[in-house]
Amino acid sequence: MGPKIQIKGVRDGLLVVLGEGEWPELHQTLLVTLDQRIDFFRGAKIFLDVGNQILRAVELGQLRDEISGRGLTLWGVLSNSPTTENTAQMLGLATRLSRPSAALQQRSMAAPETNLEDGEEAILVHRTLRSGYSLKYPGHVIVLGDVNPGAEVTAGGNVIVWGRLRGTVHAGAEGNDEAVVCALDLAPMQLRIAGRVAIPPQRKGKPLPEMAHLKNGQVVAEAWKTGFKLFV
Amino acid sequence: MTAKVVTITSGKGGVGKTTATANIATALAATRDKVVCIDADIGLRNLDVILGLENRIVYDLVDVVEGRCRLRQAMIRDKRLPELYLIPAAQTRDKTAVSPSDMVRLCDELRNECDWILIDSPAGIERGFRNAVAPADVVVVITNPEISAVRDADRIIGLIEAEEKGPARLIINRIKAEMVKRGDMLSTEDVLELLAVDLLGVVPEDDKVLMGGNRGAPVALEERSLAGQAFRNIARRLKGEEVPFLDLMKQGGLFGRLSKLLRPGGD
Repeated sequence: MGPKIQIKGVRDGLLVVLGEGEWPELHQTLLVTLDQRIDFFRGAKIFLDVGNQILRAVELGQLRDEISGRGLTLWGVLSNSPTTENTAQMLGLATRLSRPSAALQQRSMAAPETNLEDGEEAILVHRTLRSGYSLKYPGHVIVLGDVNPGAEVTAGGNVIVWGRLRGTVHAGAEGNDEAVVCALDLAPMQLRIAGRVAIPPQRKGKPLPEMAHLKNGQVVAEAWKTGFKLFV
Repeated sequence: MTAKVVTITSGKGGVGKTTATANIATALAATRDKVVCIDADIGLRNLDVILGLENRIVYDLVDVVEGRCRLRQAMIRDKRLPELYLIPAAQTRDKTAVSPSDMVRLCDELRNECDWILIDSPAGIERGFRNAVAPADVVVVITNPEISAVRDADRIIGLIEAEEKGPARLIINRIKAEMVKRGDMLSTEDVLELLAVDLLGVVPEDDKVLMGGNRGAPVALEERSLAGQAFRNIARRLKGEEVPFLDLMKQGGLFGRLSKLLRPGGD
């Protein structure tokens, strides 16, 4: 008897939870399970919960190809390992379910205690986001690098880009009017805060650090000044 | 011999992947390196036409993969350069006839027989692109100095990074010095600012490229062509040489061009 695999229905498709074990064995069991129940899986979007497995792009890329070869779609990967999450994001896979499932709630309860207030979680992305890359995060997003045209950043909280922001950005995506977007060069294709959409004008001249926020329901961008106190 | 596998890709169509593949292969083969080009654009093959080898095709890539012929039988020797070979794409099939692992196997088989394997990728980011990139040691992304091509190049570079095939190297093709000077065209610096990758070469717009393609004689063999010089420089950079970039901005006016023609190869 190989490692156990559980299958659950979730809003996005099917959640396949892998048990404990070595990756080659789990990988094999997963493929066998898919093949055995191909009629059940056909056309499904699959979320894979890989637990503590650390997966590199080669392994995850191969699995994605094998799954798509069976007429299924690997939609997302849930993992406890930041490496695996990173890999999944690089391959353009989701790393979260759109609505918290039982598995996810258990996961967050099992997560180490943090002394952060609710809604204060942030993710640090230390690279340039290129066209076609979509980053969604319920907390704040900090990018050390550029956000190129064609890339999208969606955050529940604030978005801070230490670099050029030229893609599409949405701060306060869940309706937070207080959210802000800052960048060293704030020149996004489209900027949204909560429910407001703004198409910033083309700026001429030297880029300067700016912060965009909502003022009387309008998106305004202001140059960064020392001693600027918005957060306090 | 252990060949280096170089894949030339772009995302957007029509930016010059096939022309660049033909010219870089020609330039490498002209230095006596043994080069095998593989046309991975199954169903829309072109590399054979640009190299002027269309009428010599008997077997193609899909025949090799499906075991209808030996690898050797599908390798067409160039009519001018004895060190240059082409494995053409099938015209009657599509991209799904070959898988990424087929390409890896094929290239592994070829590695001991030549110095370079150049793969001409199809446009797009789907199966054909994945086939072309799977065996690559080096991925060369080619773009034109226009917004849409640069946007697609950015996407492709991201995908190459995700496949752990990076960092990609960049060729900017069909740049027009006069338009850049007038501010009507993106400059090399504009493109690099966005893409932030290593520049392998800049190829100027040159009517001779099209003419050479139509005649099946790549411009890289033409001593006096500026674009040919740019492709020869790219080949040398691939071989690890430090070659200064052509100063295209100097060649602006008619006089500059004429003096360039009188001093072939001087940069």
